[in-house]
Amino acid sequence: MLRPGGILSALVLSAVLGTVGAQAQDNGPIKVGFLTVKSGALAAGGRQMEEGLKLCVDQHDGKMAGRKIDVITADTAGQPAVTKTKTQELVERDNVDVLIGPLAAFEALAIDDYIRKVKVPIISPSAAAEDLTQRKPNPWFVRAVGTSAQAHHPLGEYAAKDLGYKKIAIIADDFAFGHEIASGFQRVFKDNGGEIVQKLWPPLNTADYGSYITQIDPDVDAVFAAFAGGNGIKFLGQYRNYGMTKPVLGSMTTVDEGILKNMGDEALGVISAGWYSAGIDTPTNQAFVKAVRKAYGSDPGYYTVGAYMACQFLNNALEQVHGDVSDKQAFMKALRNVNIDKSPYGPVKIDDYGQPIMDIEIRKVEKKDGRLQNTVIKTYPAVSQFWTYDPKKFLAGPVYSRDYDGGGEKK
Amino acid sequence: MNFWVIQGLNGLAFGSLLFILAAGFSLIFGLMRVANLAHGAFFMLGAYVGLSAIDNGMNFWVAILIGGLTVCVLGGVMEGLILRRLAGQPLAQVLVTLGIAFIIADGCLWLWSGDPRPLPMPSELQGVLRFGGLIFPKYRLFVVVVAVCLAGALWLLLERSRVGAMIRAGVDDMEMARVMGIRTSLLFPLVFCLGSALAGAGGVLAGPILSVYPSMDTDMLPMALVVVILGGVGSLGGAFVGALVIGFIYSYGQALVPDLAYVILFLPMVLVLTIRPTGLFGRRLV
Repeated sequence: MLRPGGILSALVLSAVLGTVGAQAQDNGPIKVGFLTVKSGALAAGGRQMEEGLKLCVDQHDGKMAGRKIDVITADTAGQPAVTKTKTQELVERDNVDVLIGPLAAFEALAIDDYIRKVKVPIISPSAAAEDLTQRKPNPWFVRAVGTSAQAHHPLGEYAAKDLGYKKIAIIADDFAFGHEIASGFQRVFKDNGGEIVQKLWPPLNTADYGSYITQIDPDVDAVFAAFAGGNGIKFLGQYRNYGMTKPVLGSMTTVDEGILKNMGDEALGVISAGWYSAGIDTPTNQAFVKAVRKAYGSDPGYYTVGAYMACQFLNNALEQVHGDVSDKQAFMKALRNVNIDKSPYGPVKIDDYGQPIMDIEIRKVEKKDGRLQNTVIKTYPAVSQFWTYDPKKFLAGPVYSRDYDGGGEKK
Repeated sequence: MNFWVIQGLNGLAFGSLLFILAAGFSLIFGLMRVANLAHGAFFMLGAYVGLSAIDNGMNFWVAILIGGLTVCVLGGVMEGLILRRLAGQPLAQVLVTLGIAFIIADGCLWLWSGDPRPLPMPSELQGVLRFGGLIFPKYRLFVVVVAVCLAGALWLLLERSRVGAMIRAGVDDMEMARVMGIRTSLLFPLVFCLGSALAGAGGVLAGPILSVYPSMDTDMLPMALVVVILGGVGSLGGAFVGALVIGFIYSYGQALVPDLAYVILFLPMVLVLTIRPTGLFGRRLV
């Protein structure tokens, strides 16, 4: 026979437990797994990502939609196998609610299947591989940066229409990122009547570009150089060293703010395209640039702003679901529905494939206040990853690759 | 015609750079039979130290000296504290040098952050030389001159000096040299310091062309290995010829058969080793 007191205390106990449980659900911290690179060759980009993320979390006082943000950082060393292990740790041991990362496209591809299996929302702050949001879209993936070609479609048009270039030689890193950038540029440049006379593909770890630079056709109007990491520094230095005077068009990463700060006069005059420039003259961006300069002593570039925006995406989605991430489908839908009016990028919306539609800036390296910066000289508003092409036709067309031979269909 | 001349000059310049990189490695391996896998890291460290020297207002030539000396001291310490205890255990030595390479690489990341940096070239060597219709950077020609001078100086040291004679004796037959009263235990740190200094100074010298960046060590070490293996292990003359051959193959190869850019450095090595396992100028080790 049960004593009344016993029943009462059991009731009280369950009530207390119930409240505690409910509180953990509503007001406990949201766990963010952050995949970055702290060691190895990609560490500089990893550090900038960390800085961008930290700045954003700090600006929100560590809270979004009323819930504390708990960032758990993992170092992938830029190696896909390690990335996979670390992701599993974050998901299975730390039970993170959402992932931000990783840095490199091959890392993102390495965990793609796993993410589909465990169904954890992931926001990419950097990896630009086209097919992640095109031919193989992952329903749990949303990107906070452009695709490889997104900024370089407009650059192709700008080179042909505004600069009036007819013949261009392309030199690009020989890996997927370089192939995709070069193909996007080529397609639109040719569509506008331009001609690509030459494509040079130096390996990623080329020590000496001398034998490539001296191959460049002297009759071209300009050279389009698409390099990642430190290769932009190496190439531009050697290019000027060889006395080359043909104008250089660059990919976003060739003269990214992250390396521009270490460049010299060899970078002056390079015209490039990007979804961001520290020189974007809006109050929102100038406040952001000021904050980054104050905290880290340099201008924000690709990685800093990418991670910062990934974090803003998270904030925007959390506000849509009022901080409730227990319904993963609803949370993911909110992430795919991110809509931000004012950001360092400018206005941002997400398309049906999880890819931002955003303004693309044409930028020119100039020296201001004793430092190099990418001055915005033209803005293409609300550019999609598919440029002006129909998405269905775009996806049915040939993949952007080393052997891509498209462009010039609509002269 | 222009194509062959200009790519030939490119190859000559790159080969010279490779010789400066590989000379120290070859020297150390020749005498001590230690494959110093930290050589690439020494090269990078030298470049970073040189960069800091320039940042602190010193000129390029002083930077080369400081880069060389710093790495020289580090190499001496490494030989005295670690490698000496592992004498006669080549596998252990190789693993230790590899471990040290990782430590140096992480240390550089920590001290200089991971940002790639250009190393400014001295103003007197900026610009290009024009002859006929050809244009070629002054600095690269300077690198060629340095490589030739370095080869000459090392030749004089090894072939014409007393220390050189002792080193050669040690290379040819270590035990016999000891019996003859040559104190190889003193020669070892000397040669190791010299080889390291060459790596360090070479890193600074290469900086204006390669720039300085975190994976510079792992990019350059395989090149040193290719040069030394192709030329013949322990032979400086072999390293010189090997470096130039590689330089030309690299330069013409990348221009003529760009699709082979990845293997072009290693193909000649494989071929030579198949036909002549000791390399072009190598001798069978005693």
